[in-house]
Amino acid sequence: MAQPSNHRTDDGRSAIIRQAVSISLAVVPFALAFGVACNAAGLSVLEAMGFSTLVFGGSAQFAAVTVLGDGGGAPAAILAGALLNMRSMAFGVAMAPALKGPIWWRALVSQLMIDESTAVGTAQSTRANQRFGYLAGGVGVFLLWNAGTFVGATVIDDAGDLITDWGFDATIPATFLALLWPRLSDTTTRVIAVVGAAIAIISAPLLPPGIPIIAAAAAVIIAKPWTLTSSSSSNTPSSSSDMPSEQP
Amino acid sequence: MSTGLTTLLVLGAVSWVFKSAGPLSLGGDRELPPLIERLALLLPVPLLAAMVATSTVISDRAFAIDARLVGLAVAAVALWRKAPFVVVVILAAVATALTRLAA
Repeated sequence: MAQPSNHRTDDGRSAIIRQAVSISLAVVPFALAFGVACNAAGLSVLEAMGFSTLVFGGSAQFAAVTVLGDGGGAPAAILAGALLNMRSMAFGVAMAPALKGPIWWRALVSQLMIDESTAVGTAQSTRANQRFGYLAGGVGVFLLWNAGTFVGATVIDDAGDLITDWGFDATIPATFLALLWPRLSDTTTRVIAVVGAAIAIISAPLLPPGIPIIAAAAAVIIAKPWTLTSSSSSNTPSSSSDMPSEQP
Repeated sequence: MSTGLTTLLVLGAVSWVFKSAGPLSLGGDRELPPLIERLALLLPVPLLAAMVATSTVISDRAFAIDARLVGLAVAAVALWRKAPFVVVVILAAVATALTRLAA
């Protein structure tokens, strides 16, 4: 694959780091809440940290711990979490072209395959910056997610009020929208976005949590990806100069 | 082994299999099939849109309109006005918090 040349690599990188820091800070309240949820479910601090390092997928962790807290067994908790983390397979397909390297390296960095790292990674215009964005977002979220989990499990009493009182729950959709925004450059991608959102909303009450996001992926058939002659704009990631963070 | 430890170890392993399936099977040095290339470019659009949608109007698997929608609308306006990333996120939180305060 030919790579678009990027003569402003440093500028691009500092913008990527700003995105990564912003998205990492956004998960902190939820990490605190997860630590508190572990406490409430009777898990030890070590188990809470085990979830945040080894499972490392916010919604899957919440689902599994909620099941345990409700008295469910390990099989039910594993199934609930697995259904939610299944979407990281789709993220893996999206990120694979930018994550070339030795097999041990791919095996290692795959642990960072979450919504936020994929969002920062795929928002970049070159393979090198996609890889950098994935790693910056993934490592940033990993560190703050685990720090937040520890504080939540050891110090905080009720993070639920903290999240809603300060509007932290709105920072997650706002972050995803900011990363989606530069991609909505042509009619086809806008239609795909609207259809994908509609599929997710309609199926959310019907399917187990996490599955609606996988179902939404079906919206890509609108662009007829099996043909090689579809619109050029969907074939070229939008320029990084379109990213809001690069505006003066 | 405690239920919590069993859950986190098995779920961690299953999650890693999901996460690494793409990079391990597709991320080698060989060229990717054109269909995979195109899917890789297209998939983030519906995935991100679905995440925006479910994190805004879904609560406990049910449709729920609340102050988050105000935050998202303010974020959309800020993006349209080309506000920096961090400003977009902060405005969304402030608008949501103020809406809850007023309600």
